Amino acid sequence: MSQNLEPTPSQTVGPFFGYGLPFPGGSDVAPAGHPDAVSVHGFVYDGEGNPIPDAILDFWQAAPDGSRAGSPGSLRVDTSNGRLLGRDGVRFTGFGRVGTDGDGHWALRTFAPAPDAPYLAVCVFARGLLHHLFTRIYFPGAPEDALLAGLSPERRATLLARPESDRVLRFDVRLQGGEAEETVFLDFG
Amino acid sequence: MTSQQEIDEEILEYAGVRVPGGHPSRDYPPYRSSGLRHPRQALTVVTDPEAVELYTPVFGAGDVTALDADLTRQHSGEPLGERITVTGRVTDRAGRPVRGQLVEIWQANAAGRYVHRQEQHPAPLDPNFTGAGRALTDAEGNYSFTTIKPGPYPWGNHVNAWRPAHIHFSVFGTAFTQRLVTQMYFPGDPLFAFDPIFQSVTDPAAQQRLIAAYDHGLSVSNFSLGFRFDIVLDGPSATYFEEDHQ
Repeated sequence: MSQNLEPTPSQTVGPFFGYGLPFPGGSDVAPAGHPDAVSVHGFVYDGEGNPIPDAILDFWQAAPDGSRAGSPGSLRVDTSNGRLLGRDGVRFTGFGRVGTDGDGHWALRTFAPAPDAPYLAVCVFARGLLHHLFTRIYFPGAPEDALLAGLSPERRATLLARPESDRVLRFDVRLQGGEAEETVFLDFG
Repeated sequence: MTSQQEIDEEILEYAGVRVPGGHPSRDYPPYRSSGLRHPRQALTVVTDPEAVELYTPVFGAGDVTALDADLTRQHSGEPLGERITVTGRVTDRAGRPVRGQLVEIWQANAAGRYVHRQEQHPAPLDPNFTGAGRALTDAEGNYSFTTIKPGPYPWGNHVNAWRPAHIHFSVFGTAFTQRLVTQMYFPGDPLFAFDPIFQSVTDPAAQQRLIAAYDHGLSVSNFSLGFRFDIVLDGPSATYFEEDHQ
């Protein structure tokens, strides 16, 4: 690198992001009702197992064909009044964003990611969390990659979405806990 | 409930600690809400050059218009308060501009009140100010917002806790690994010393990187005061891996 600038430090997202970050259709990475869509849902919990009602999750994934290029069109602003419309249901943007409900629950509808990158990348923000956390949601049947292979079975299990019913997967995020409970969070250096 | 003096003493215990990148430790007891919301297990290092996280969501002209960066023109009247422009450049640590990327902000109004139902302290809402905006960086990585200066506000961390005035920023980089949410503060705020969220950045040099600079050259005659807030994103990108990890 030619320069080595010091980064801007992180600060918590705080409790009042609700009118700034969420957008209509943020949870519909796949169009609602699409026959190939998969619902992924769960709760975000703190170190005592209490649900966190003021967390927000950013999702990013490869397209079903493996493309990592993404597409614009997640937000779509109505130029007549400035309101956000959300996606057009045609372009796959690869990006989703969901705030937790009052009971700590979130739900996302998306397409299964490509076999060579069989996970959803997740960035977790919450009141009380001073620096975001990255994790991954691996879909069932994902081939074991270097990350999964390097984890103990109990740690690995925290990254695997669990089939709940047809086209519905469950994935909880536990910000704090013992080895078997706390979600594996990632450091990209 | 804890007094400010007790919080001040706790802040002093951690003051001056240098953390890589200057980021806060996620476990920072003076900020009470961090207690049950930080991991205890070590983070797992990922070095995969094919990782999806080395790519990033993209946003375009259909997602953000120029008007979305002006928080003073979202209602029929002018908001109350001190009109400001906040301008800066988003780069990675190598100084390369982050082009065409999404910058989102949200903030309290001039009286220190957020448009949020959970925020109920007795300061007035402003019918002409919501306090959320978006911009795309230009070809050099620059963004610019027109808004009003937010007020400080009380919160429940301890008795008589007050947040210094700040604007929340959410920024995307050239890789998802560079994602950043932070808060921009204003120079000379007397509340810095008392605020455990600001003080969670324990390295004084890193604290300075959260404070915008008053820039008279950015002030607009008879219109607004100008502040500069440059943002340097941490974390690797695909380019970084190619150029520096070979």
